[in-house]
Amino acid sequence: MSKKVIYGLYDSEHGLFDAIKKAKHEHIEIDDVFTPFPVHGLDPLLGLEESRLHIAGFVYGLTGFLVAFLGMTWVSTVDWPNIFGGKPYWSVPAFVPIMFESTVLFAAVGMTVTFYVVSGMGPGIKNPILHPRITDDKFCISFNTAEVTEEKANAFFTSTGAEEVGVKEI
Amino acid sequence: MGSIIVSKFRQTLITGDKTYHQITEDLCRPTEKTPGLAWILAFIVSVSVLSFGLFAIGWTIYYGIGTWNLNRTINWGWDITNFVWWIGIGHAGTLISAILLIFRQWWRTGVNRAAEAMTIFAVMCAGLFPMIHMGRIWNAFFIFPYVNTRGPVWPNFNSPLLWDVFAISTYFTVSILFWYTGLVPDFATIRDRAKGIRKYLYNVASFGWTGSAKHWQRWESLSLVLAGLATPLVLSVHTIVSFDFATSVIPGWHTTIFPPYFVAGAVFSGFAMVLTLMLIARKLLKLEDYITLEHIESMNKVILLTGSIVGVAYLTELFISWYSGYVYEQFAFFNRATGPYWWSYFGMMFCNVVSPQFFWSKKLRRNITFTFFLSILINIGMWFERFVIIATTLARDYLPSSWSYYSPTWVEIGIYLGTFGLFFTFFLLFTRLAPVVAIAEIKHVYQYVANQFRDRNNVWHGHDFDHPEDIHSHEQDDAGSETEAPVQQQLSGGTIKDDLKKIEGIGPKVEQVLNAGGIHTFAQLAQTDPQHIQQLLDEAEGHFAGNIPDYWPEQAALAAAGKWEELQEWQDKHKHGRK
Repeated sequence: MSKKVIYGLYDSEHGLFDAIKKAKHEHIEIDDVFTPFPVHGLDPLLGLEESRLHIAGFVYGLTGFLVAFLGMTWVSTVDWPNIFGGKPYWSVPAFVPIMFESTVLFAAVGMTVTFYVVSGMGPGIKNPILHPRITDDKFCISFNTAEVTEEKANAFFTSTGAEEVGVKEI
Repeated sequence: MGSIIVSKFRQTLITGDKTYHQITEDLCRPTEKTPGLAWILAFIVSVSVLSFGLFAIGWTIYYGIGTWNLNRTINWGWDITNFVWWIGIGHAGTLISAILLIFRQWWRTGVNRAAEAMTIFAVMCAGLFPMIHMGRIWNAFFIFPYVNTRGPVWPNFNSPLLWDVFAISTYFTVSILFWYTGLVPDFATIRDRAKGIRKYLYNVASFGWTGSAKHWQRWESLSLVLAGLATPLVLSVHTIVSFDFATSVIPGWHTTIFPPYFVAGAVFSGFAMVLTLMLIARKLLKLEDYITLEHIESMNKVILLTGSIVGVAYLTELFISWYSGYVYEQFAFFNRATGPYWWSYFGMMFCNVVSPQFFWSKKLRRNITFTFFLSILINIGMWFERFVIIATTLARDYLPSSWSYYSPTWVEIGIYLGTFGLFFTFFLLFTRLAPVVAIAEIKHVYQYVANQFRDRNNVWHGHDFDHPEDIHSHEQDDAGSETEAPVQQQLSGGTIKDDLKKIEGIGPKVEQVLNAGGIHTFAQLAQTDPQHIQQLLDEAEGHFAGNIPDYWPEQAALAAAGKWEELQEWQDKHKHGRK
């Protein structure tokens, strides 16, 4: 689904903050904000909900733990019981290192894959880039032209001191 | 250009007053220009050494382990020594990127990218040794528990050697994920500067990164959780490697001190290797502004600490072997120091215990030549340590008739050299393909540290060093809970005034604005609608963009009720007074 966005570039995170606050104040709906590095304090300002990625990480970790624990239990008590060093078949303390490693592995791989999938990223995926300087030193606000008219957006960008304004079909 | 406010009393992380764009320019440059003569020569040497290593590995695989000087008594030699040595080096990267992140050591940002790369390459070198040591490398997949047609026969889950397989493969995977996730935004930076085929390739590498606020939020969340996972992981890896020895019944090996002592030794050797590499890299890639003397000194302090831990561990080990009254244990240690391998024992003692003590001197910690020299010495010393533990112990076991002396063949030496070739080949390629210093992270930290104590509106987020009266009031807070009455003043007009600066997010200037707007006490502030405060701020002169009043009334309500502890808790939980 293609949409047309109008964007403005700011010089500093302070300019960006001022502009976002103004937009909020005037009830202009911001489509997205782009920054060259993570800017703290942006999420509450934009009303972004806290990421639930770490909850997913917990679930993946729990899965890894159970896979290792139940897997080793099944192998050593049901599938092929073996006595090692005179220890019981089900010697849980010896399973601890592998249970730990498996927990970490599942959580890390699961979270990373989830991150890229939900963010629409992956090797070879080409996402629209509004301006090449966004990944360098410019801070960008974009409006969806379906919701904010170009005149209104232009006036907004002028009044908040945007350095550069552009329109792009994405 | 991007205004950056630098705190007056905090050490800056990078020198030379950079703008964001300059940081980008500086750090992308090595990936964009043709490599210099030094790089090309180093690359040719590395690849040649790697080729020789591959030849030696091929020789081993073709003719078998018999080409090594191992025998029935000495079944581990240079192979496992090198394995443990490389794995130890591979600990610094994750330690720097994960543990120092959790401890909020911001200086780590200058070196974490390169240290993580080093970790990955070192773990690759390490993993090679157990693989070829198996003899029949084509059966290496037997170590993994997979559903098979042989019974099924499963690996022994009670064996530390199998734990090692899990620990190292997990460590390798998580290190790569952590490293690559950090690289994605930086690849996007290079992509947006590149043209043609480079642009295409870097777009593939950057996974289509856009820099959207939501992506950054998730990216930070992911990085933090990966750091949290990597922290116990890095400690577990060398612990499990030490189990390979500690769970055996060989005198000199089955000691409970092994796990902590191996971990400390790993950090020690890892930092030494980071220093060796970074001292060269900062010179060749002209990164002196990003990897400063402060970084070198901080790393030297870690070396001093972990080196001292290692020294204490050596001495404890000696004492316990004597105190145990167990003759075989006593002999093992006596033999290490006075047996045929005495030279490796004294090499280890000098390089690992004596040499780091020079770093008590600040002058030497900040001396680059000396640091470089010492880092090499430590690398050698840590190799000796593993050699002492493995070879000297096995050369003289319970049965004197089997005693022998072990020295490596050209094949074993060739494989060890080959791992250096592998390591440096990859590292040299890395310096050309990716930014050696994390671009986005360094910009973020640059901004964050600069604003940590004072933002643009002179609103203090920490102790106020410019306004002594504020320090005074903070001291009062610490004095005791009984005297913690609100700092209330009787104004001339008879109105009561509270110290509104106690609310996080309110500084002296904002307080003036609020007072001018008729808000003098906590109770009044608690009753005020955030939107009204916003209006006051918007109308007042000055920039108050960073001040978000949404949660001030909530805090003021606690203050008005005298619930200071709860307020403190609230403020600790929410950064900068924001939820």
